Amino acid sequence: MSETSRVIVVTSGKGGVGKTTTTANVGMALAGLGEKVALMDADIGLRNLDLALGLENRIVYDIVDVVEGRAKLRQALIRDKRNQNLALLPAAQTRDKSAVTPAQMKQVITDLKEEGFTFILIDCPAGIEQGFVNATAGANEAIVVTNPEMASVRDADRIIGLLEAQDLRDPMLIVNRLRVKMVKSMEMLGVEDVQEVLGSGVHLLGIVPDDESIITSANRGEPASLNLESLAGQAYRNIALRLKGEQVPFMDLEEKTGFMDKLRKIFSARK
Amino acid sequence: MAITSFIERIFSKDKSAKSVAKDRLKLVLMQDRASIPGHILEQMRKDILQVVSRYLEIDESALDLNLEKADGSVALTANIPIKRVLPETTASTPK
Repeated sequence: MSETSRVIVVTSGKGGVGKTTTTANVGMALAGLGEKVALMDADIGLRNLDLALGLENRIVYDIVDVVEGRAKLRQALIRDKRNQNLALLPAAQTRDKSAVTPAQMKQVITDLKEEGFTFILIDCPAGIEQGFVNATAGANEAIVVTNPEMASVRDADRIIGLLEAQDLRDPMLIVNRLRVKMVKSMEMLGVEDVQEVLGSGVHLLGIVPDDESIITSANRGEPASLNLESLAGQAYRNIALRLKGEQVPFMDLEEKTGFMDKLRKIFSARK
Repeated sequence: MAITSFIERIFSKDKSAKSVAKDRLKLVLMQDRASIPGHILEQMRKDILQVVSRYLEIDESALDLNLEKADGSVALTANIPIKRVLPETTASTPK
């Protein structure tokens, strides 16, 4: 059993802000840094983390099979062939949130710790109902993902309150899909705005730019964090480093965007 | 954003979409954070009634308890019509 296991729930309240993509990428980046990572899809009935990782064709058993005793945890865990440090525990697709109780979730997490995982990331479903309660039950830390957009920030604020009620205080914040140009031209909320509005209780863990490479890599089933050349890949790697306690300065997105744009132009011109 | 709209904004003194969003968010979050679930408000109403009626005879049916949102702040207001002040002997003895 790993004494130092960190159990982190990735949540947002609002759907569609990039929880699953974030879980997949941060998990992959942590594995790339040598951590033993288990990713748990807690969105039972709406399985998606497998797609973000490109592991959808390898699922035999899922978390409900484990909880109901049809499969051992080791049988259900899918080891990633690109990085053996990474494993996925898929959600069931044919059941719903009531198929698992908070106590059962805690048991699965205890078993994952015994398997020696140093990081256990839980992909929380959207919403504040049973799925949220299940996903947060066994977590010790929380990451809140938000977009720099009003509805998303509002829901993040609500989720921060609910996390506190579950004793998950001072969550970490990832501002996802930042459009640097729009912030610069005063058309979009910036990271500082989001932080100011959410208050001092949240700690900024990372900023992920709205990068096309995230879409293309998701389509290919290859998390963007595998590609350290991409802006998003670097952002996820920085998040993984910060999770491990390293002080990594936030990227100068403005400058990098320009540079990457130029690079992209060069490469697309060559093709 | 086109340069023309940028110039337009400077001269028309319009607030940027960014600052409008931030102001709206601040206000709505303040309201969200101060919102009280219905059953808690009802419990509070009962508790307030109990305390006030130690000192005053009040019209319970006309008691009005509200969360009011104005000028960027949220206030709890209670409107309690008084029928009469109870004599000092009966006052301070809980009902």
